[in-house]
Amino acid sequence: MAEPAEVAFRGDLLTPRTRRWAGVLALIGLIGLWQVGSSTGALDPVLAPSPAEVWQALAGMARSGELWQHVAASLGRLAGGFALGATAGIVFGLAIGLSSLVRSPGVALVSALFPVPKIALLPLFIIWFGIGEGSKVATIAFGSFFPTVVATYAAVDGVDRSLVRMGRAFGLSAGAIVRKIVLPGALPGILAGLRIAASIAIVLLVAAEMIGANRGIGALVLAAGNLMQSDRLIAGVVMLSVLGLCVAGVLGYAERKLTDWR
Amino acid sequence: MQLGAAHVSHRYGPLPVLDDVSLTVATGEVVAIVGPSGCGKSTLLRILGGLERPSAGRAETAGAPPEGSLNPVTFVFQDFALLPWRSVAGNVRLGLEASGLPARTIDAMVADALVRTGLTDFAKAWPRQLSGGMKQRVGIARALAVRPAILLMDEPLSALDAQTRALLMDDLVRLHAGGDIGSVYVTHNLDEAVRLADRIIVLSRRPGRVRAEIAIAIPRPERRMDDPVLARHAAGLWDLIRDDAAAADRELADG
Repeated sequence: MAEPAEVAFRGDLLTPRTRRWAGVLALIGLIGLWQVGSSTGALDPVLAPSPAEVWQALAGMARSGELWQHVAASLGRLAGGFALGATAGIVFGLAIGLSSLVRSPGVALVSALFPVPKIALLPLFIIWFGIGEGSKVATIAFGSFFPTVVATYAAVDGVDRSLVRMGRAFGLSAGAIVRKIVLPGALPGILAGLRIAASIAIVLLVAAEMIGANRGIGALVLAAGNLMQSDRLIAGVVMLSVLGLCVAGVLGYAERKLTDWR
Repeated sequence: MQLGAAHVSHRYGPLPVLDDVSLTVATGEVVAIVGPSGCGKSTLLRILGGLERPSAGRAETAGAPPEGSLNPVTFVFQDFALLPWRSVAGNVRLGLEASGLPARTIDAMVADALVRTGLTDFAKAWPRQLSGGMKQRVGIARALAVRPAILLMDEPLSALDAQTRALLMDDLVRLHAGGDIGSVYVTHNLDEAVRLADRIIVLSRRPGRVRAEIAIAIPRPERRMDDPVLARHAAGLWDLIRDDAAAADRELADG
């Protein structure tokens, strides 16, 4: 036999590796580049204020307390609307998933209303609930409701039927099967739905605050834009990013805690 | 206690799957049901366990269940059907929670079932951490915990590899040594049937009818895998099933 040759390795697949530091570096690099652009005059200070200026605007608003008023107003609306919409969504989704009485009418209703961009309903909600908090909370609640409903009933449908049959075979009551088998089995899907609902809720929060609000991060961004205060405007956008990250962080934490068996 | 099927026939829509099947199993006895795939073995088991209503005939019990039995007829499933969000002990506990027994009694019953299946060290483990064999031991522990008189086992070893199967088979033989538990054991594995069963019921191809009933005279604990009598039994069973199995194999799934 001829001289043995090594078999060529061809087992490498598309497996990107996670490197935390590279992510942090990319963010810092981008901000650094932006700062250099501003400092050298390559970027127009009115159109694109430097990171330092944005930071100063943010710090100034934080010192005067203005920032916290906006953040508190936004957080209140977001929490209220999301809690309402998500709770109603889970309850309604469970009803669709578990009851033949609710299922078809419920699915028809949800399918008809799901595609409507919820912001289009804000004027209607203003007529119903007034220009104040009511219409904003209602818009956010409505927007969080639909993705939660759809995720919840899909998750209930997805619960392994062999587990339900097992519960029956061991003499569990219908209520016990819902509590001990269906709900925990559907929980990962419900939590995934809540993530989507939360991101939609933030979009609606900002949109609602841009129509008839004095307080709130959306109102801050809009007002800064009207006055060409681009440093305050970007500071508001940064706060929205932080808000979104915090919400995602809280939901992610809940997910890890509640589904630690996975 | 006795559990039986009396002239059970069943159809799924137009498709007949069982045709006038009768059998009984008593505490202390193991009855295996073998037959080609699609002969209605699993359907028969679900009917016996009350999970499915037969089109004709009925499942019936005779005699009182043993004292303290919480679920006299209890399943062991092929796919284990463990709740992934409960620990091993939590899964074993499931069938005891609605019993109204004091928590301390339930704890003791769970602990006892874990001891009998060699799972004590795994009480706090999650199902995903367990091998297939250990998962099925949890399934068996969960069934034992409710003090059954009759176990309905639906291909309990089919999802396991050959070596694990041999180990679990020894467990099952030990489980029946006490004589206080009877089993209906559905399998397509003829070696398992002759190793474990007192009687073997051979079902025909769909619709399943009882083709033969074979008794194995050797006491269960004395059976060896290489016993020529058992090998002859297995070969005889295969002669009975072979043509049906070949025909079933060539059948289209939608009939």
